[in-house]
Amino acid sequence: MTDLQISATGGTAGRFALSRTGLLFAALGAAGLALPLVQFKPNRIVLGDALWLPGALPFGWLAAALIACALFAALPQRLSHGLRLALAVAGLVITLASLGLAAKGLMPEGNRMARVAPAAGFWLLFLAFALMAADALARMRPGLKTRWAVLAGGILLVGLALGSGLLDQTSVMVEYAARADLFGRSLRQHLLLAFGSLGMALVVGLPLGILAFQVPALRRAVLSVLNLLQTIPSLALFGIMIPLFGWVAANIPGAAQLGVAGIGIFPALMALFFYSLLPVVSNTLVGLTSVAPEVRDAAFGLGMTRGQVLARVQLPLALPVVLAAVRIVLVQNIGLAVIAGLIGGGGFGTFVFQGLNQTAMDLILLGALPTIFLALIAGIALDLSVEALSRRGRSAP
Amino acid sequence: MIRIENLTRIYDRTPVVNDVSLTVGAGQIAALVGTSGSGKTTLLRMINRLVEPTSGRIWIGETDAATIAPHLLRRRIGYAIQGHGLFPHRTVGQNIATVPRLLGWSAPEIAARVEELLHLFQLDPAQFRDRMPHELSGGQQQRVGVARALAARPEVLLMDEPFGALDPVIRARAQGDLREIQRRLGTTLVIVTHDMEEAVTLGDRIAVMDKGRLLQYGPPAEILTRPATDFVQALIGTGERPFRLLSLTRVADIREDGTCDGPAVSPESSLRDALAACLWHGRDCLPVEGGGIVTLTALRARAEGARAEAMATAGEGAQSKAPQTGGAAQ
Amino acid sequence: MIARLMVLAMAVFLVAFLVTPESFAGLFRPLTRNNAPAIYTQTGLLSLTLSHLWLVALAVTASTVTAVGLGVLVTRPAGREFLPLARTVTSVGQTFPPVAVLALAVPAMGFGAGPTLVALFLYGLLPIFENTLTALSTLPPSVVEAARGMGLTRRQQLWQVELPLALPVILAGVRLSTVISLATATIGSTVAARTLGEVIIAGLLSANTAFVVQGGLIVGLIAILIYEGFQLAEKAAARRIGLAPQH
Repeated sequence: MTDLQISATGGTAGRFALSRTGLLFAALGAAGLALPLVQFKPNRIVLGDALWLPGALPFGWLAAALIACALFAALPQRLSHGLRLALAVAGLVITLASLGLAAKGLMPEGNRMARVAPAAGFWLLFLAFALMAADALARMRPGLKTRWAVLAGGILLVGLALGSGLLDQTSVMVEYAARADLFGRSLRQHLLLAFGSLGMALVVGLPLGILAFQVPALRRAVLSVLNLLQTIPSLALFGIMIPLFGWVAANIPGAAQLGVAGIGIFPALMALFFYSLLPVVSNTLVGLTSVAPEVRDAAFGLGMTRGQVLARVQLPLALPVVLAAVRIVLVQNIGLAVIAGLIGGGGFGTFVFQGLNQTAMDLILLGALPTIFLALIAGIALDLSVEALSRRGRSAP
Repeated sequence: MIRIENLTRIYDRTPVVNDVSLTVGAGQIAALVGTSGSGKTTLLRMINRLVEPTSGRIWIGETDAATIAPHLLRRRIGYAIQGHGLFPHRTVGQNIATVPRLLGWSAPEIAARVEELLHLFQLDPAQFRDRMPHELSGGQQQRVGVARALAARPEVLLMDEPFGALDPVIRARAQGDLREIQRRLGTTLVIVTHDMEEAVTLGDRIAVMDKGRLLQYGPPAEILTRPATDFVQALIGTGERPFRLLSLTRVADIREDGTCDGPAVSPESSLRDALAACLWHGRDCLPVEGGGIVTLTALRARAEGARAEAMATAGEGAQSKAPQTGGAAQ
Repeated sequence: MIARLMVLAMAVFLVAFLVTPESFAGLFRPLTRNNAPAIYTQTGLLSLTLSHLWLVALAVTASTVTAVGLGVLVTRPAGREFLPLARTVTSVGQTFPPVAVLALAVPAMGFGAGPTLVALFLYGLLPIFENTLTALSTLPPSVVEAARGMGLTRRQQLWQVELPLALPVILAGVRLSTVISLATATIGSTVAARTLGEVIIAGLLSANTAFVVQGGLIVGLIAILIYEGFQLAEKAAARRIGLAPQH
């Protein structure tokens, strides 16, 4: 019914009608141009001077004009989605390039204390164009393959921006350059935390879920215990793991040799593992119980044993739901792994909490941005996989 | 009275309703029949402006529908749809009171009206007023839906497949009840259905639509005996035709004097039911309740008379198959 | 029945513990070493709990009003154009780690309750918005059609039909947001917000497990109680509109 009204207003709207989303992006972008692009700070703690886009870099006026043009060009409603996407990507590139060039121009030679940090204007411009790109993409209703390509393209774009050295003089990259080794180690720890806990949760959770499915009497107990675990705030769970596994390592023979410890990465890994159990177990259970009874009966009718039905029919059909759990767990763990930084468990949290302690924004960003980036990639990639898998399940005869 | 003049609705350059004109007399029932996608529902929804016409006019009584704000127009027109559309979070009483409350009736007035309508639809107010819709059976929900549509005493009632979700037994009863209530209240009724049986049972006039056009508009007997196009003929179903014709006449109309053995039929039942009863009990005649008989011979004569009329016009129809639109109204 | 009694027992324990924490000292003594205090006394547990709850309530209320408002906006004809964007932003936004959002709010807001409030608000928006959107776009079409057909104005349709019918699903979103916020608020203590996280962090810094456990215990119990409370409300709302209660 409301569709009718839409088409009615769409019909009356003239050829030069303005897109409402376009107006939002333009407003955001205009605010971005009106606010300072970067902060120039003599050292990384102080607030520093604000610099606007036109004055922050050579030909700054040109960059500002180009950005304004891109925002303006995306206004008409009739614009094709492809063109809108192209404008958004162009806007993103110009915004990033402006930041990098401004930093290059402003950083005094040989000064290792000064910082050129992105300011509100940069973030707003970035947000405006990112939203514009997201909007255009959502309206194009791309297929699975296209979306994989877009994800790869996005990663490539980020890689190019970082690898080209364009952004090397910006504050976050300067912080990075000072700790490249530590960053590499943190990345490995972060990935180990997220994927390691996921792996353990799958190894333990899948059989547990299957067991709970086969033995209904167990279901309630298992799920309530896991639910209780979930309510413990992450900070506390991480904290409890330290003395708990410290005690285990000290008092149970052989545990320490196996790597159990009350310090370092181990307690954090276990905390994440405990958090991951509920989604894995409950989704396995849901996936198995939601297999249509006719399918199961047919399999039994064909003479399969109980084990065969489980392995060849029920588990494959439950796979998309289990994969959805993997998505939940992975995204959640990439985020929660930050807290490991607080208990000496490593990962990007180290930078975040160090930055918070020193009120060093750039250091916080150095920890937070890669975390967000990892979570985004994991979330999108797994969403696509879940969709591909459940689509295959549906189209199968 | 509803007068529709050259009504057209275009979606994406395709006419869904194409230049339709028809008039429904005050207190009459018009049944809009057609396959899905024929435009019958769009036509109905244009009457209360749930869909805005692309061109053409609609008169409700002496008022041009386009001159009233849509929501005010809709409060004057009853509207009942398939699946009843009752508000699940409101009691039966509150559901029925919806439009009177929108119109600002006083509380006692509303309460009295709810009571009256529940009685009219054979739902005990004490028992049903405060129930929630999901606590009712399908047939009861449907009755509440119609009661709600009639709450503010509209001159016009629009119904879109109101019995579509009911099983056949309940549906037949609901149709009978609707017919009776409509006669008593004198409401002008437009009902959309894809079921020719329902159209013949309920309609004073039947409008047959296909691909947005009105193919034929006339009394059921005319539609059955003189279908304007092959499409109308197909919609009636040739095999069903004699029975549908018989279903238009009551037993009381061909009652003869005399006596006969066997179970008595009601004078209000249709000839179709009487024929079925004769065949089933293997008798040439059956007694009618309250005196008199109905004979198989008389039934056959009726059916043959109708057939002869149909054959005679079939010849004419071959020469002029132009659709008759609107002309038969009034 | 047993579950309900357990919830009641939890509530009683929680209140008793918050009012007279010292009388439970014996319970936490085994978790301490070297005669460290068993109960956190730097700040009263009750006052920390209230400040924690206040922060969460403020953030969730703001999220609810904003998210439901936005959800209504993008399902009206005037805002329909924003629907695809809104869906994308919601699904992408939910992958942002709450801790990262919190950390990023600090430079903009400084230390204290401010950044925590902003992070909780932003993060709380998404589940409520998503549920509002789902609820408003999956209303039974016949009911909405009937409401229009009877002459309800757009506003009347929204307030009298759409929002009441969407209520159970919206409440589920608010529940999700509240539970997430309760846990995330503890991390707010790392940026000097007054929450129960203070107790846990004190425990981490002084290696006093008793503090860690009691902080976690209070937050966990509150989370369970709030979760159960919301579920009761959701079931009541769902039963009212004739939907079978979930689970």
